[in-house]
Amino acid sequence: MASGVKPRVKVPKTASAGDTITIKSLISHKMESGQRKDKEGNLIPRSIINRFVVDFNGQNVIDVALEPAISTNPYFQFDATVHEAGEFTFTWYDDDGDVYETSKSIAMA
Amino acid sequence: MELNRRKLLAVGMAALGATGLGALPAFASLTDDEIAKFTGGAEAAAGDLKIGAPEIAENGNTVPIDVTAPGAVAVALFADGNPVPNVATFKFGPLNPSRAASTRIRLAKTQNVVAVAQMEDGTFQMASAEVKVTIGGCGG
Amino acid sequence: MRSTLGIATAITLVAGAGLAQDQSTLNIEGEAMVTEVTAPAHMENVDTIYSGWRFRSLETQALETDDFDNPGMVFVDQAIDLWDKVDGAANKACSSCHEGGVEEFAGLRASMPQVRDGELVTMENLVNDCRTDRMEAEPWKWSSGQMTAMTALIGLQSRGMPVDVKIDGDAAPFWEQGKELYYTAVGQLQMSCSNCHEDNYGVMIRADHLSQGQINGFPTYRLKNAKLNSSHGRFKGCMKNIRATPYAEGGPEFKSLELYLASRGQGLSVETPSVRN
Repeated sequence: MASGVKPRVKVPKTASAGDTITIKSLISHKMESGQRKDKEGNLIPRSIINRFVVDFNGQNVIDVALEPAISTNPYFQFDATVHEAGEFTFTWYDDDGDVYETSKSIAMA
Repeated sequence: MELNRRKLLAVGMAALGATGLGALPAFASLTDDEIAKFTGGAEAAAGDLKIGAPEIAENGNTVPIDVTAPGAVAVALFADGNPVPNVATFKFGPLNPSRAASTRIRLAKTQNVVAVAQMEDGTFQMASAEVKVTIGGCGG
Repeated sequence: MRSTLGIATAITLVAGAGLAQDQSTLNIEGEAMVTEVTAPAHMENVDTIYSGWRFRSLETQALETDDFDNPGMVFVDQAIDLWDKVDGAANKACSSCHEGGVEEFAGLRASMPQVRDGELVTMENLVNDCRTDRMEAEPWKWSSGQMTAMTALIGLQSRGMPVDVKIDGDAAPFWEQGKELYYTAVGQLQMSCSNCHEDNYGVMIRADHLSQGQINGFPTYRLKNAKLNSSHGRFKGCMKNIRATPYAEGGPEFKSLELYLASRGQGLSVETPSVRN
């Protein structure tokens, strides 16, 4: 398991049906690009989060394929329209096979 | 002195046309290849697709950019001066009305950030923005 | 062309006059921060002091205004987890003794470093003293991820409060030492802190916009290394840049320098954890 990986997401607690809300997501991850070299001059192998998926009540909101050019501690901000109360699930997939998840609920105002 | 100042001002105010809707610059061929993979070789024209990027990146390690692609189902981002031009590909679901996203990327040097959008009707749009990446004086 | 003066200030060569203030008002999560104030009396060559935030580009400035845009905050989250984590032979977590929560520490960061029992101590010293004496745990390395996360969490409790450090009484000898270090030229390039941060703040050094070298936002998330940086870690980097052998992190020189630098920021708001390049 890549160590020290922690998600941090912002979803409003409530919204009215039909509102468009802004979601911010960050996860602490080195995003080792595969371009860097160690002290001996050997290439440090690539090890990044390669995919980020956000679903709401099972429906996809955004699906991002990440490449090494995404900065350390990948950040994404995007909108979503909510018509009902429910749960956003956030899933990050690591090159090393780990999967990091978190979720946030939203209620109808 | 006057001339100097004006010259420097002109350089400093370089990119008013950050959305690059005019003549698209010649990209490194590696980038062209990757774009072709995304479009299947189809033409990509200017449209409502927009990229927001700083004119001058304070630090090439973390450059905030955003892309807005009304009517797109997917947007692919490229950096034509990076060792690997692909940056990210966003697929938008039905609950995503604005077809926009913001993120932070790494840019190895001054180059163009290029966005290619796949529209709902199967056509493609393209936009680019030049970001100057400088060498700081006291990075530490 | 004349109206877009923001960029024009980048070419100003007179120290202090060229701030290139892309944005001069900082609100973090809606709370107004003081980023500009009259310099304290002991600063003979500077009239107004500015937070490092004022010298950064629009995009970098924006990252600090929202706690979900600020990448440093994910490390504060990690520190919140560490706060409750039992560590050491005494089987304690921070929360075992600090029952009021980390909020107990409101105001502490604003007055650090300070003298206790004749010794100048920094936040890192306080954390490690607790860890070694009371938790019977291993001390954390000065600029490690855990230490910077924890000092960021504790510092956050003072965010918005004015920097207010004691420089007289038993603090005076440390402050004098720090001041002397600030003005002493060192290294192959024979430069002192003052050459850049007092004589040339506001000027571009290649493509960097020189700040006054304030530390009111430390530990700070630097875009350059995408992590939290301690003040001593930053001092070390600066010294390496002028090709001087850096003093030790946690050593007496950097602690005295930290006190002196904190006093040069008297009245600015604590911005911990700030975002800088």
